[in-house]
Amino acid sequence: MLVLVPWAVLVLVWYGVSRSGLINPGLVPTPLQVGERAWALLVHGHLARDMLWSTERVLVGVVLGTVLAVPVGFLLGWYREVRRFIDPVINFFRALPPIALIPLVIVYFGIGELAKIVILFYAAFFAAVIVMYEGIAQISPIYVRVARTLGATDGEIFRRVIVPLAVPHMLTALRVALGVAWATLVAAELLAAREGLGAVIENAATFFQLDIIYVGIISIGLIALVMDLALRAVARRMVSWQERIGS
Amino acid sequence: MSAAATRIVFDHVSVAFRTAGGLLPVVEDVSWSIANGEFVSIIGPSGCGKTTMMNMVAGFVQPTTGRVTLDGAAITGPGPERGVIFQEYGVFPWLTVEENIAFGLRLRANRAADDERRATCSRYMQLMGLNEFARSFPKTLSGGMRQRLAIARAYAVKPEFLLMDEPFGALDAQTRSQMQNLLLDVLQQEEKTVMLITHSVEEAVYLSSRIIVATARPARIREVIDVPFAYPREESLHESAAFGELRSHVRDLVMKEYAMQQRQQGAAAAGH
Repeated sequence: MLVLVPWAVLVLVWYGVSRSGLINPGLVPTPLQVGERAWALLVHGHLARDMLWSTERVLVGVVLGTVLAVPVGFLLGWYREVRRFIDPVINFFRALPPIALIPLVIVYFGIGELAKIVILFYAAFFAAVIVMYEGIAQISPIYVRVARTLGATDGEIFRRVIVPLAVPHMLTALRVALGVAWATLVAAELLAAREGLGAVIENAATFFQLDIIYVGIISIGLIALVMDLALRAVARRMVSWQERIGS
Repeated sequence: MSAAATRIVFDHVSVAFRTAGGLLPVVEDVSWSIANGEFVSIIGPSGCGKTTMMNMVAGFVQPTTGRVTLDGAAITGPGPERGVIFQEYGVFPWLTVEENIAFGLRLRANRAADDERRATCSRYMQLMGLNEFARSFPKTLSGGMRQRLAIARAYAVKPEFLLMDEPFGALDAQTRSQMQNLLLDVLQQEEKTVMLITHSVEEAVYLSSRIIVATARPARIREVIDVPFAYPREESLHESAAFGELRSHVRDLVMKEYAMQQRQQGAAAAGH
């Protein structure tokens, strides 16, 4: 129950701000108004459908991005020589905000579903690949040496030593990619999307429906939070062997 | 220990590492050998090249000139007949205690049937006092237990040699002395040919059948000392007069080499 305390505080502060009169009350809907609007949109509107669209786009982008980031991260992390050449290129692309690429993506991929997936894929890939290769590069060589002295072949070392040591980094890469993908979602849905939480926010902004903007933002936060919690639960089971500070 | 077969031979071995400042000689013209069943300790100043000697036997480092051979054939890489125990243990954190011991037995090089593997695991868990921790991850083990696990894991694949690089260096004095006795015990039950790298004169004299005192870098052989005490050895050996005499002799030699190493480092520092 204690985990609810900071949320309660947040809602109280929100109430306080909207009631204080410091800000024009027309500009800050109360939590109750936002809640009622969310309920109305869920029951009578398309909020559930929009959530589903956004979630699906994020998941597809993140899965594709991470699936590619894992092997690439492996190569970069394991082969120092490859890293020297490729690292600057990766950093160049990583520094570009995905939003800056939207005009180009529209030119090449149009404004359909594919364009949004491309943007999310781009964001997820570059976030995940860095985490992955930094993690792999830090694997202590002693485990490889030990395995070798026990008679392991290169293939066995990869399967039985490198892969298990890479799993925690894979999960972290997935988490980081998810975070970045949600952050990029609204931008991706600016590509003339009619469905999705980004579109909900955009449309509401056009009609100055502040309460709907709040509903959209909070929905994104909630879904991202639930996904992160789920992933962490999976991670706890898969890498329970890890030593953690403060656990 | 009469006329046991010679197994490992260092034949005029030198090693030099390439560094930014040019070639750094680490081992210089070393010739010696290990016979079957011997327990040979190499003792000398830190950074003198002792570990490099062990790494050549383990197969991690190749000599620059000369040859290191096992039963007459040059050593070109690691192999399961040479078990290595590292100071930093190297137990696999993602595997339980039992799975760590079983690791080598699941490899193609020494694959064992399921029941044989289980039997080997429980035997070494018993021997190393790890029974209660079969399903624990290494993060829950103390340093001494981790090192016992590393030894159990090495023993499980039945190596003929144990190569140990400062295996007890990170342990507190009591645990260290316990581990020395445990090692002697295990060696009584299953004989191995052992090469031990150590800083500790006490440890070298207590455990070894032969001690090689290495010089300051580059490592050469300062003196080879046969340790006359019979196995099995007991804790009380530490108190005997003969032990004390041998210990001071070895200590004198080692201290001289330490002093030499200090002077070299001082000179090198002054030269910069």
